[in-house]
Amino acid sequence: MNYPEIVRIKEIVEENPYVKSIFIPFSKTIEPGQFIMVLIPGVDEIPMSVSRIKDGEISFTFKRVGDATGKLFEMEIGDVIGVRGPLGNGFELRGERILFVGGGTGIAPLLPAAEKAKHLGKENIIVIGAKTKDELFFVGEMKKLGKLIISTDDGSEGEKGLAADIAERVIDEEKPDMVVTCGPELMMKRLLDICVERGIDFQASVERYMKCALGLCGQCCIGEGLRVCKEGPVFDKDTLIKCSDFGVFTRDASGRRVYFG
Amino acid sequence: MVNIGTRISELKLRNPTILASGILGETSGSMKRVASCGAGAIVTKSIGMKPREGYPNPTAVEIECGILNSMGLPNPGIEEFKKEIDEIDEIDIPVIGSIFGKDEKEFAFLAKKMEEYGLDAIELNLSCPHARGYGLEIGSSPDIVREVVREVKKKVSIPVFPKLSANAGDIVDIGKAAEEGGADGVVAINSLRAMKIDIHLKKPILYNRVGGYSGKGIKPVAVRCVYELSRELDIPVIGVGGVETWEDAVEYILAGACAVQIGAAVYYRGLSVFAEICEGMKRWMEENGFESIEDFRGVALK
Ligand SMILES: Cc1cc2nc3c(=O)[nH]c(=O)nc-3n(C[C@H](O)[C@H](O)[C@H](O)COP(=O)(O)OP(=O)(O)OC[C@H]3O[C@@H](n4cnc5c(N)ncnc54)[C@H](O)[C@@H]3O)c2cc1C
Ligand SMILES: Cc1cc2nc3c(=O)[nH]c(=O)nc-3n(C[C@H](O)[C@H](O)[C@H](O)COP(=O)(O)O)c2cc1C
Ligand code: FES
Repeated sequence: MNYPEIVRIKEIVEENPYVKSIFIPFSKTIEPGQFIMVLIPGVDEIPMSVSRIKDGEISFTFKRVGDATGKLFEMEIGDVIGVRGPLGNGFELRGERILFVGGGTGIAPLLPAAEKAKHLGKENIIVIGAKTKDELFFVGEMKKLGKLIISTDDGSEGEKGLAADIAERVIDEEKPDMVVTCGPELMMKRLLDICVERGIDFQASVERYMKCALGLCGQCCIGEGLRVCKEGPVFDKDTLIKCSDFGVFTRDASGRRVYFG
Repeated sequence: MVNIGTRISELKLRNPTILASGILGETSGSMKRVASCGAGAIVTKSIGMKPREGYPNPTAVEIECGILNSMGLPNPGIEEFKKEIDEIDEIDIPVIGSIFGKDEKEFAFLAKKMEEYGLDAIELNLSCPHARGYGLEIGSSPDIVREVVREVKKKVSIPVFPKLSANAGDIVDIGKAAEEGGADGVVAINSLRAMKIDIHLKKPILYNRVGGYSGKGIKPVAVRCVYELSRELDIPVIGVGGVETWEDAVEYILAGACAVQIGAAVYYRGLSVFAEICEGMKRWMEENGFESIEDFRGVALK
């Protein structure tokens, strides 16, 4: 039944001043890249990627951006939320050397993905980017999973610049078999173009406004009717090249086009 | 050779499976995808005068025997929707524009726009069970329904199909009013007004509290409506509600429907549901010696 299971928050971790992780009991199998719908009673129900997968427990990691995430930010251990999932398809880690590129809250789903890759014996290179030092998270955990390169827009930590620029250089230096990314769509679009040009395998986790998360309402569609909640949120290179709206526009809650940049 | 083509007024369909309104009908890409999956026609998302965000989530959940939704008629508005229609030239099946307005003037305006955009027919949403001032609130009164249909018919020359609710008194009275107003067919039914209370939260699960129930659970109600409307009206009836398999589609046609619409089954069966229903129906027709939909349509009424 695709219906919210009501659970109590088990643990809360403050990742940085703006980002928290909430741990909840979760007994089903979930793969990195898959997501859940988090119900904040009386406020909203929003999509969240799984950011840690443990035995009988998962976390999701979020930034306070509006009503729903604001309310989540104030919640305490023992508070009640609803969870629907696992939803969508997770990452497929192919090849031996994988470059993970995460921007902003897009870093969240890459932690369990890099963990799984390490477990599978892959060689990880990880680029995580944020606007500024304070907004970085998962640095310690990522360090343990592979070669970590940090970028900040203002240079307050790691390399100064956009994650996409730094990733481009890393791609040429490290020659990964595959790039796995989540973050701002323009960043992912640039990485897609780079991987197409260089013939490198590629997957990205795409965000669209979601309502039903049942594959019915069509709110989350990209390209030729691909439902991010159902066929996504993770898409391959070949699929994304054909989506003429990827990296061009998203849609607001009414379905109107909102152009990037 | 069996032929599963059907006619609804002047619309010719390659088969009797139609995508129901509000399901994947909001973007040009999703409409193209459904067309390529074998549907006989497509109904767009219900479109209004202005952009509407709809209600906050949860807007839809799966419950026993169906889906409960209270989207709240989110839509980009009729002006912006042109962008989607401009991109669907390659679709070679009829596309029916669904519209909702607060009065006959808005309906007539929206219908004219849809006709100008090049759509093949109009569906009037007189039945959405969860949007204040729209849908069911308008569609409960035979007088208003007659008036809305009449005004729309004055403005457009493409077929007009009001979509009715089973929540509004006697559906036959509403159907007759629609026919008097000049409707070219009726669509029955929209989702049924319903509620799910979560026993852990001790509150209704949907943000809007009340929603509309679709899927298998409403099929017997919808089949009864289609049966009664087919018996009492002279215009075509399109059946909607819980159509998931070819058996369901056959049942509706036996009750008098000339086509069926499919919504919730896209969740239960995936997008192959259209082609699967057509295949099953063809086999059944062969086994029963029916050559066309008309051969068995309404047989249960006799
Ligand atoms: C598959 C998927 C996975 C996601 N994973 C994460 C994650 O791990 N961490 C994280 O911080 N964020 C994640 N997001 C984004 C997150 O869902 C939004 O930031 C959140 O919904 C904002 O809600 P709000 O009420 O706080 O903000 P609002 O003020 O309502 O909105 C702020 C912005 O958030 C977006 N948003 C609002 N509601 C939705 C919705 N129902 N669906 C999609 N986007 C919405 C809108 O684009 C809006 O511009 C994910 C989104 C998707 C689609
Ligand atoms: C998510 C969802 C959104 C819907 N949106 C609309 C809509 O915008 N306009 C409309 O006339 N009906 C809408 N409906 C109702 C369907 O078109 C259909 O009448 C109803 O779901 C019954 O059919 P089904 O059992 O095959 O789903 C919606 C239904 C669902 C599940
Ligand atoms: S959110 Fe409704 S189809 Fe994806």
